[in-house]
Amino acid sequence: MVSEKNIRVKIDELRSSIGLLKGVEFSIGKVVSEEWLEEIGPTQFPKITDLREWDFKLLQRYKPFYMPFCDLCCLCTFGKCDLTGDKRGACGINMSAQQSRIVLLACCIGAATHTSHARHLLEHLIEKYGRDHPINVGGLNVEVEAPITRLVCGVKPRTLGDLEEVLNYLEQEIVRLLAATHTGQEASNLDFESKVFHAGMIDHVALEVADIAQISALGFPKADPEAPLVDIGLGVVDSTKPVIMVVGHNVPSAAAIVDYLVENGLYGGVEVVGLCCTAHDTTRYNPKAKIVGPISWQLRFIRSGLADVIVVDEQCIRADTLIEAQKVKAPVITTSDVNCGGLPDRTKDKVEKIVEDLVLGGQPGAFILDPEKAAEVAVKTALLIAPKRMKFKAIPDVSDIVEGAKKCRKCDDCRRACPNDLPIRDALAKVLEGNLNALASLYEACIGCGRCESACPVDLPLHSYIVKAAEKRIKEEKYKIRVGRGAIQDVEIRNVGSPIVLGEIPGVVAFVGCANYPNGGTEVAEMAVEFAKRRYIVVASGCAAMSIAMYKDEEGRTPYEAFPGAFDAGGIVNVGSCVSNSHIAGAAIKIANIFAKRRLRANYEEIADYILNRVGAVGVAWGAMSQKAAAIASGFWRLGVPVIVGPHGLKYRRMLLGRKDNPEDWYVYDARTGEKVYVGPAPEHLFYAAETKEEAMVMIAKLCMRPNDTTKGRAIKLSNYIDLHKRFFGTIPDDIHLFVRTLADVPLTMREEVIKVLEEKGWKENVIPDPTLLPRLVKKKVGE
Amino acid sequence: MAAKAEPWQTAEVPGPKKAMVITNPRIVAALIRRSKNPVLIVGSMAPRIKLSGGDLVDYAIRIAEAAGMPIVSSPSVLGEFLNRGFRRVLSMPVVDIANRLTDADWKGVENKGQHDLAIFMGFKYHVCWLILSGLKHYSQNLKTVSLEMRYQPHALWSFPNISEEEWEKNLNEIIKEFKQDKMILNKVKEVKE
Ligand code: SF4
Ligand code: SF4
Ligand code: SF4
Repeated sequence: MVSEKNIRVKIDELRSSIGLLKGVEFSIGKVVSEEWLEEIGPTQFPKITDLREWDFKLLQRYKPFYMPFCDLCCLCTFGKCDLTGDKRGACGINMSAQQSRIVLLACCIGAATHTSHARHLLEHLIEKYGRDHPINVGGLNVEVEAPITRLVCGVKPRTLGDLEEVLNYLEQEIVRLLAATHTGQEASNLDFESKVFHAGMIDHVALEVADIAQISALGFPKADPEAPLVDIGLGVVDSTKPVIMVVGHNVPSAAAIVDYLVENGLYGGVEVVGLCCTAHDTTRYNPKAKIVGPISWQLRFIRSGLADVIVVDEQCIRADTLIEAQKVKAPVITTSDVNCGGLPDRTKDKVEKIVEDLVLGGQPGAFILDPEKAAEVAVKTALLIAPKRMKFKAIPDVSDIVEGAKKCRKCDDCRRACPNDLPIRDALAKVLEGNLNALASLYEACIGCGRCESACPVDLPLHSYIVKAAEKRIKEEKYKIRVGRGAIQDVEIRNVGSPIVLGEIPGVVAFVGCANYPNGGTEVAEMAVEFAKRRYIVVASGCAAMSIAMYKDEEGRTPYEAFPGAFDAGGIVNVGSCVSNSHIAGAAIKIANIFAKRRLRANYEEIADYILNRVGAVGVAWGAMSQKAAAIASGFWRLGVPVIVGPHGLKYRRMLLGRKDNPEDWYVYDARTGEKVYVGPAPEHLFYAAETKEEAMVMIAKLCMRPNDTTKGRAIKLSNYIDLHKRFFGTIPDDIHLFVRTLADVPLTMREEVIKVLEEKGWKENVIPDPTLLPRLVKKKVGE
Repeated sequence: MAAKAEPWQTAEVPGPKKAMVITNPRIVAALIRRSKNPVLIVGSMAPRIKLSGGDLVDYAIRIAEAAGMPIVSSPSVLGEFLNRGFRRVLSMPVVDIANRLTDADWKGVENKGQHDLAIFMGFKYHVCWLILSGLKHYSQNLKTVSLEMRYQPHALWSFPNISEEEWEKNLNEIIKEFKQDKMILNKVKEVKE
């Protein structure tokens, strides 16, 4: 790509033979009409070092703490090199640089995956709807349609075609970032970390491009707080009908299946059910579709035999899908060039021939790159194969479990392979005593990975045993989820901007990411409900949004039925799939732009500084698993939004931790005077792993505090923090003196006990500044 | 002790530098005795791990009291210590205590300076594994001991994978060692007097 910066020509008025043109900008190969009068900020299409200074400000305060997964590096033939302690590898790298290099690799994988997803989707949508198809994510309700793209790239996309140049930029940056991980390139861990942030920012743009393109072209809900409720859960599948299961993240083939069914009057006769983000996006496309559940339900659902045809696209799809599908005689159709599954390319073959091969010829599956063709094959195959398969399943009977239990050698290899250390052997022993409950009780915390089975020396299908034992509960898995609404409306931002920035809405808590939970998905639902009850704004996406749905209150209502879908205090907002995370970052950006009127265009540093110091938002990725989740988190860090992960998140191998005991780390400039002012550790960490749900909840409340909170806002935030701390840990926190700036910050109802702590700690009053980390934003220098 | 010193989670292999195996609980007592400023770090699983003589919170208190050292508890467990009347405890998330243990200038949990010995118990296996890895690489002057039931290869010293009975026996042995110390000290005092 030719650099956008260099070739842009702006003309205020042009008289030519075709008439008078006003406010026109030329760029190579096309003309973009330019009504966006906002001045271009300092960092348009930033290169990898353009925001390094900002990154270093963050990294100075939130220093990396590395937990190497291995003492070695094995990335080149000099190695393996032992990097233990202060040793260096043959290339000269040390452990910190190596760890941050691996983090960067993970984030590059994540960002590349989202960018390639966006590119594939965009090409498909342009082919179908044309380059000039307008971007529309919320009609008149959403004027700032692409806050991240505007912020990072400084362009305002109007049509699908406009998004191509954005992707060109992203691809260029990812290649550059990946190059930095080659042996003998970057040497400093902090520079690697800055590049991690850059990868995260790039990732966020990719998310936004993918989601605004599909919202605009596919008629997804457009920033609708009252998006419909749809069915979710293993128990919602109508097993009397042929069932097509769609899995993955990239919706064109699933959307084509829905289209084909509707066009041919077949919709009521065939079930379309989805897992993971494709499921979200299929219900956004057609709310009659159903969601089975998050990513970890794959194995159990395939083995249940309910799916007659399995259509996979890309990302987070089990690599043994074909093997598992063959066990239940269900054909697999792969539809993405990044996941061909070893199947023959049938893209150019006739539909009838492919169907015949799948239904009668016993072929295990087909690779079909054309979504429409894949859809037709899937539907026709499902209709023909369903009566033959008779929902053939690979779930054992109770008698099989008893026989299996007899064969168990009590070696415990299953437990030693289980990521959640589940006591499978003990549960099997109970089976021999005639008790299946112990086995059934493993179901909630089982992430369905199948590692226990791979490890078992006598090949017992242990995951299936657990699923069978929990059969009754699974049948009752019937819930409602609100369809992903996409963007947040500008008017919603205007309404909540002030209470958020002043602290009167105590925070925005985003539950995002995968389903690698330590104790099952219910914990996510419990957290979401608790914060919605406390009048935080709760947002959700991806597998976490599904886990929130799989929970019922005393009245039998799921959280999406019990709480409104508006971006407001006490709402639980499902934005949609992984790529819809862009609307969460987008909302934070829009608060700075729409509410506070900060310039958005290519003005990254100032907006991030605003968010870090004023917008009490926290991301919670309780079951974060993937490289994409790593990249999404990095994008939030650079933007000044802290992220909490569950205990498995420690395996990302580095945290970004503040030190509240080092006062010098917590000074900001007062933009009014230029003075440096101590503001306390708010927010204390940028990336933090909690051991338990309770620890996470207290930390969520704490990380919502921001230097800019008004005294009223701080009092509300403190009362939530103290209340949760008392409830879960039994005591008043020992660090409240760091968060009380003036006595007016002290919550009225807790006055006595808080003042007691303040006295014990020798607390002193502080001023509340107009906080910024950027000296250039100081309006008046000290002494002026 | 029959068990081999292999990581409990089969795939969690560490690399060249692996924990020495505690073949005799007296090693732990000796390490604590030699330490100028030890700390016992207790994880969120402690109340859920029940042994015949109490849960792991009880054992942590017994060890800390016998050896005369403070406890840093995961926040979720703080209440358990306070309810049982143990006061020499500071609540801190495990990532925070680990991070501070890598800072030579940190003042320690009781303002006596950086610790030279950190003992771990009551964590999820992989949590302890990763935290100990961080400390192995980044706190060169700190000795780490795992008192978990499963081999923790990133510690300096760890039990191998042992049975619950053996584990409890070992924990009791450590406590007994310090009780004997106290008895001897008292005797010495008596003789002096
Ligand atoms: S399938 Fe479930 S029980 Fe088996 S190893 Fe994975 S999480 Fe553990
Ligand atoms: S791995 Fe298989 S044989 Fe070994 S304890 Fe587990 S179920 Fe039994
Ligand atoms: S670590 Fe992740 S990517 Fe690698 S084999 Fe396991 S699940 Fe697959």
